[in-house]
Amino acid sequence: MIGAVPMTHGLMVAGMLFVLGLVGLLVRRNIIYMLMSIEIMLNAAGLAFIVAASRWGQPDGQIMFIVILSTAAAEVAVGLALVLRFYSRFKTLDADVANDMRG
Amino acid sequence: MTAVFYIASAIAIVSTVMVITRMQPVHSLLYLIVSLLAVSLVFFVLGAPFIAALEVIVYAGAIMVLFVFVIMMLNLGREAAEQERRWIDISMWKGPSLLALVLLALMFYALHSGNPGAVSGRVVSPKEMSIALFGPYLMVVELSSILLLAGLVGAYHLARRETGNEERRRS
Amino acid sequence: MFSLLWLVPAMPFAGFVILALMGSRLSRNAIAAVGAGTVGISAVISLGLGMRFLLLPPPGHAYTVNLWTWIDVAGFTPHVALYLDALSMVMTLVVTVVGFLIHVYSIEYMRDDPGYSRFFAYMNLFVGSMLVLVLADNLLLLYLGWEGVGLCSYLLIGFWYSDPANGRAAVKAFVVTRVGDTAMALGLFLLFTKLGTLDIQDMMERASQQWAVGSGLAILAAALLLGGAVGKSGQLPLQVWLPDAMAGPTPVSALIHAATMVTAGVYLIARTHTIFELAPPVLMLVAVVGGATLLLAGFAALTQRDIKRVLAYSTISQIGYMFLALGVGAYSAAIFHLFTHAFFKALLFMAAGAVILALHHEQDMFKMGGLRKQMPVVFWTFLIGAMSLAALPLVTAGFYSKDMILYEAWSSKIGGPVFWAAGCFRAVITGLYTFRMIILTFFGEQKTAPGHGPGPFIQVPLIVLALFSTIAGFLELPRTLGDMPLFSHFLRTALPHAPLHEGSVNVEALLQIIAEVGVLGGVIAAIILFARKRRHILNLMAKPWAAALHDFWFAGWRFDALYNALFVQPYIHLAQVNKDDFIDGIYNGLARAAAAFNRALSVTQTGRLRWYMMGIAVGAVIALTLVVFL
Repeated sequence: MIGAVPMTHGLMVAGMLFVLGLVGLLVRRNIIYMLMSIEIMLNAAGLAFIVAASRWGQPDGQIMFIVILSTAAAEVAVGLALVLRFYSRFKTLDADVANDMRG
Repeated sequence: MTAVFYIASAIAIVSTVMVITRMQPVHSLLYLIVSLLAVSLVFFVLGAPFIAALEVIVYAGAIMVLFVFVIMMLNLGREAAEQERRWIDISMWKGPSLLALVLLALMFYALHSGNPGAVSGRVVSPKEMSIALFGPYLMVVELSSILLLAGLVGAYHLARRETGNEERRRS
Repeated sequence: MFSLLWLVPAMPFAGFVILALMGSRLSRNAIAAVGAGTVGISAVISLGLGMRFLLLPPPGHAYTVNLWTWIDVAGFTPHVALYLDALSMVMTLVVTVVGFLIHVYSIEYMRDDPGYSRFFAYMNLFVGSMLVLVLADNLLLLYLGWEGVGLCSYLLIGFWYSDPANGRAAVKAFVVTRVGDTAMALGLFLLFTKLGTLDIQDMMERASQQWAVGSGLAILAAALLLGGAVGKSGQLPLQVWLPDAMAGPTPVSALIHAATMVTAGVYLIARTHTIFELAPPVLMLVAVVGGATLLLAGFAALTQRDIKRVLAYSTISQIGYMFLALGVGAYSAAIFHLFTHAFFKALLFMAAGAVILALHHEQDMFKMGGLRKQMPVVFWTFLIGAMSLAALPLVTAGFYSKDMILYEAWSSKIGGPVFWAAGCFRAVITGLYTFRMIILTFFGEQKTAPGHGPGPFIQVPLIVLALFSTIAGFLELPRTLGDMPLFSHFLRTALPHAPLHEGSVNVEALLQIIAEVGVLGGVIAAIILFARKRRHILNLMAKPWAAALHDFWFAGWRFDALYNALFVQPYIHLAQVNKDDFIDGIYNGLARAAAAFNRALSVTQTGRLRWYMMGIAVGAVIALTLVVFL
């Protein structure tokens, strides 16, 4: 269906999305935002796989994306449960509060 | 079709930027959903319709809804936005942005040094995918199901509120 | 007769063994009998040997007896062999006769001391070692005797060990002489490796054949031997131990530090004279050391309060005379002075000891006085000894020996008038401090009352030595007074003749007269300054420069302070620095560095998630860089 989109461009898009997710992870202090940034990064990785799959015309990349997707789902479930416990323990969503493992 | 690809990519990138810069959690969530929809469109254009559907259903449909539920449960309202504003100021963006730009530059350089060719654009139908899933990638399915089970059990256990009996037993 | 030679050193050693093993079980009289008796037997045998030597000398004027082979290793075979020639005969006589008299003296002097048998054991050991030293045929055996007398000196100086000051004085003596002994050992190593033998006569022959006059090896060997002699004899720069050695009992001071051990250095140089003659600069150094020391010690003796310290500085000064004589090549004169000095110095020490004993161990002269009437024997013998020390003319032995040295110093080819002037000046000072000592001790008003006077065991040796101090000089009459040089004639078989200008008899007479006038002047000055009210000296002392000079001389020209600052303090400082064992510090430092590194790194563990995320991102950038660009 698509013509001459060079694979490089697709991978660049994926790279930009990934980097944006990284920046969001580094800057924001709220745990919810950090989780959201992780989701962005996972999505970007998946995009890279799909681009590769499309390049070779094989389903393997898409299957890889399915794996990533299920991983992200499980991780989000557990992560949000942890956020709830975190909140009930620390009464705040500041990630810097949980630094008992320093030193 | 190539134009669709580029437009959709641009929308995805712009809305991702909006995700990470908003102060209200719900706003950034909504922007994230937009980004995911754009990426799904990219998937569709690249010839992976099944995956595009999966993206919308699972990612934007389930995961983001989970986020919304949690935000609702935590009752993050106006004071959360104020808190966010206090925590973030312009000077905090400099370091990570620099690092990110460096990383991005490196990736671009690495990408351009090869010559991988163009996207073929052949649509990979769900039928092919299923055959692949039930064929060589059978274990993937099994492992994914185990992973999901583990996530289910873990999330259930972690999020469970203690009943009164357990509280008394613990103290 | 000569076959009895081995008994001479063996008897004192036997006495030592008996007293060491059984001393605590013997009665006082038995201990005295063994202690003094063994030395007495040695003395008798030595006298017999001496007469035999004079009347019927052995072939070559030397008698060697090889007792046994000590070591036999790869061509190095020193024997335990005794060598008797004129020089060692003289030394043996001095050591045994004077030693015997001092042993008799100490029978009474040490009577009340609980360490009676220990004392005699050490004294016997000392006499035995000294005899081994003077009778040794090779340098290794000599070194054995050398170390033996050093050990006994330490033991005897620190005899009253319960007072730590005595122990310190003993250690000081040992350490300072050790410096000299080390130099001597190095000299022995050099001589052996270069000449192949340590037999003294062999060695000297080979040295004169193989080494040219003034060659570097000869100079080095002679300088090292001189180092040993300087240490043992208490000359510059190692003279600091002798005054403090007076902490030992008086018989010890008399025997070791007047008559015998301190003369070992003189004996060594005379014995190995060939080596020294092959090194004229070192010989000059010997004379310079002697000259400087005699002046230094003379001035120091002038200001001392303790009667034994005056005598100690006097000994240092007299040995300086002997070194001076050796340095100008007058070996016979040096040995003659050694001979007479042994008598009068031992006499002086023993008489001073009698005074000290009577005054209940009071040694400060300014607390004595007026003892002339109450201790007549001691006074007269002390006076005779002092006159001999000051070399009053004609009737004293000291006069003849000192005069011989002065004349030979004047007329020697190397140095001449400067040394003579130093010796002459020093004679003046000798008169001054000697009679200061006598006047302070025996004249004037009495400050401390004496206890009971000395008994026969003390008085008889004093009288005998006084006699010797007078007549011993007549063995060597100079040309001006009879020209009968019996002593140097006797020694000519062992020692070379001094190189001197043959001056006229008139010059010699003139020099003698000048020297004696100087001495008498010193005596009269002492009488004026120190008798009666001592007005003049007190006026003199009131001047600040005089008081400062007095303090300077009193402290022995501050050599102790100099060595303290130069050697002792840096050593203590280094020991303090190393007290924490700086090599361990390297390992401790490693441990501390590891701990510090850990602390530095743990700063990066903030516990904050975003920080770790940043770390991951940076690591990814680095890894990617490496992959892409390398």
